[in-house]
Amino acid sequence: MSHNERFPASRYGPVERKMAESLVELESRILAGETEEDCDCKEGMFNGLSRRGLLAGGLAMGGAALAGGRAAAEAPPGAQEYYVQPDPTKEQGRIILDDGGYGSRSQFENEVRWRYPTASLDSSWSMTPLASGHGVITPSGLHFERHHGGIPAIDPETHTLVLHGMVDQPMRFTMDDLKRLPAVSRLHFIECSGNGLTEWVEPTLKTVQGTHGLTSTSEWTGVRLSTVLEMAGIQDSAAWILAEGADAAVMTRSVPIDKAMDDAILAYAQNGEALRPEQGYPLRLLLPGYEGNTHIKWLRRLEVSDKPFMTREETSKYTDLMPDGTARQFSMEMDTKSVITFPSGAMKLPRAGFYEITGLAWSGRGAITRVEVSADGGQTWQEAQLEGPVLPKCHTRFRLPWTWTGEEAVLQSRAVDDTGSIQPTLQELVEVRGTKSVYHLNAIQSWHIAANGEVTNVHA
Amino acid sequence: MSTRKFILVPVFIATASVALAQSDTAKRTVAALPETLEATGERAPQPVPTSSAEDISDLAPENLRFGIGRPATEEQIAAIDIDVMPDGRGYPEGSGTYAEGEELYLQECSSCHGENLEGVADLGAPRLIGGRGSLASDAPVKTVESYWPYASTLFDYVHRAMPMQAPGSLSNDQVYAISAYILGRAGITSDNPDTTLDKQSMTEVEMPNADGFVPDPRDGSPEK
Ligand code: HEC
Repeated sequence: MSHNERFPASRYGPVERKMAESLVELESRILAGETEEDCDCKEGMFNGLSRRGLLAGGLAMGGAALAGGRAAAEAPPGAQEYYVQPDPTKEQGRIILDDGGYGSRSQFENEVRWRYPTASLDSSWSMTPLASGHGVITPSGLHFERHHGGIPAIDPETHTLVLHGMVDQPMRFTMDDLKRLPAVSRLHFIECSGNGLTEWVEPTLKTVQGTHGLTSTSEWTGVRLSTVLEMAGIQDSAAWILAEGADAAVMTRSVPIDKAMDDAILAYAQNGEALRPEQGYPLRLLLPGYEGNTHIKWLRRLEVSDKPFMTREETSKYTDLMPDGTARQFSMEMDTKSVITFPSGAMKLPRAGFYEITGLAWSGRGAITRVEVSADGGQTWQEAQLEGPVLPKCHTRFRLPWTWTGEEAVLQSRAVDDTGSIQPTLQELVEVRGTKSVYHLNAIQSWHIAANGEVTNVHA
Repeated sequence: MSTRKFILVPVFIATASVALAQSDTAKRTVAALPETLEATGERAPQPVPTSSAEDISDLAPENLRFGIGRPATEEQIAAIDIDVMPDGRGYPEGSGTYAEGEELYLQECSSCHGENLEGVADLGAPRLIGGRGSLASDAPVKTVESYWPYASTLFDYVHRAMPMQAPGSLSNDQVYAISAYILGRAGITSDNPDTTLDKQSMTEVEMPNADGFVPDPRDGSPEK
């Protein structure tokens, strides 16, 4: 029986077929009594096949590879380990579609999200490696995550969205229905309002991933929420809408109906393809400029009401405790904010000389109009260049050429948005809000550069 | 040699799971690859999404409804409409006592939230009672007792999301009972074992911090 018959293309992708063929080959050699030494089944044989995949199948392939006596560094997540040619101009590269038709990043790229060490693994968060980002789009696989009940795997063929409450006609939509409706694509950041929560009292985390990594930008595609609300017909008494997820937390938040009718999106796509599971596949709510928790993932239900629902995430959590013991509620908009991502914490500048300072600025209220950078802890400021197009409620990249003389410096950035809102200093923020509010820290970030080039997180 | 034998195992696993995915009776666990067009060998595009309501005449394009989607039935809504609001809307029928709640709490909750509702930091399970009067201090303790403005939130959250390892597994009566226990231990309702909570009495519970919340005053200015 030829391999093609045994492993038909309808069932096996190229990678699987190659794996299966190799294993059959190996099996026949073993059955024929060949010794280990005769077998060229070690390095290179399983190109294109991730060990991770085998591990998921319940087997430690690593052991077999190590038996070959070679150090087996695993390809970074999201990459496949391919044979590295000594001189790629002297032999053919790997064959086309060896990746099964869906590409992966280079095996030499290793950026990953970092999980904040919460005690619970079910309710936890991971942060975007902002320091190495380019432009304004966050790769989908590096978008920060916040889950309160793990990541569900949901079949879009069975998923539905129910819209009910104070509407003329309660409606139910399949994913197919939603994809048939007029769509929009918009670039927006999502930021968790807990971004920076460790930094109120003293500089705590060392990298910009730790201090600011709960913000990411994607291009989101979906149906405007107003489209389906108009289809159902909202009643005059409607003032709030509950959004509910289909995860184990059955996550819920109340959203003002004005926001729902303004720029809210029922998003099914991110960066040109379906949402990632950890971003709410197959459907999430997108509320541009609002705190991340309100962008309900795995969206299954919308209920229109005259009053907010007072769910756990808008009472116990995501409320901001003030020094007088009262707490601010429904603090939805993300304030004007910016951070220098290069140079940033835990880096080391190798020597004095030219560096391009770069970073991100964003505002949940509108578009960034200006970012200034200081290299002397805020005494003097210089306007940075904004990379266009500058979009509202979206990360904006700024850059400023800088020559480091080799002396101590404190780098800061300060953003202004088109409502005139200026990013405050931490001191200004703490004077008004104290240090117990947990959420909505949008203060200016300071990076200290020591004479030896080491960059550290400081409060300056 | 033994490692070699070992290596063969995944083939069988892979084969078995392919068979499973292809059986019509089994629930789909993965998508099939796109079909191939015979004439050219190209990959077929995804099928055009089909509206679930193309034959429903009252959803006509002229009233901006696109003829897409379909009316949700009362049963479909009731099956997932689980939220409970402070004014009592959404509470299901049923009731439970403090004594029943105490027993249930020890079975279902205490392993994570502690026998005295003090929380277990190592598990990330918050403390549930105490902390009254601490909110304006340097060490505020935010709990159901000290911080939560509405009892409805307790019912709603425990019903939908707890216990963490089996969310949604408690009956309505059980959630009333556990609410009676937690609120009783918090000194918000009576800790008499016979104290019973239901839709009516839950709605009447007044939480200590009910007036503790203010609308968000931020407007992007430094004063706020
Ligand atoms: C397996 C551990 C576990 C068990 C068992 C468990 N919980 Fe929890 N509980 C948690 C965790 C973890 C959280 C925090 C979840 C989060 O923040 O997303 C939590 C949160 C809560 C909260 C919200 C507290 C706050 O201040 O916001 C309440 C109330 C609660 N649980 C009640 C219960 C009740 C009642 C039971 C029993 C029916 C129970 N839990 C069983 C782990 C558990």
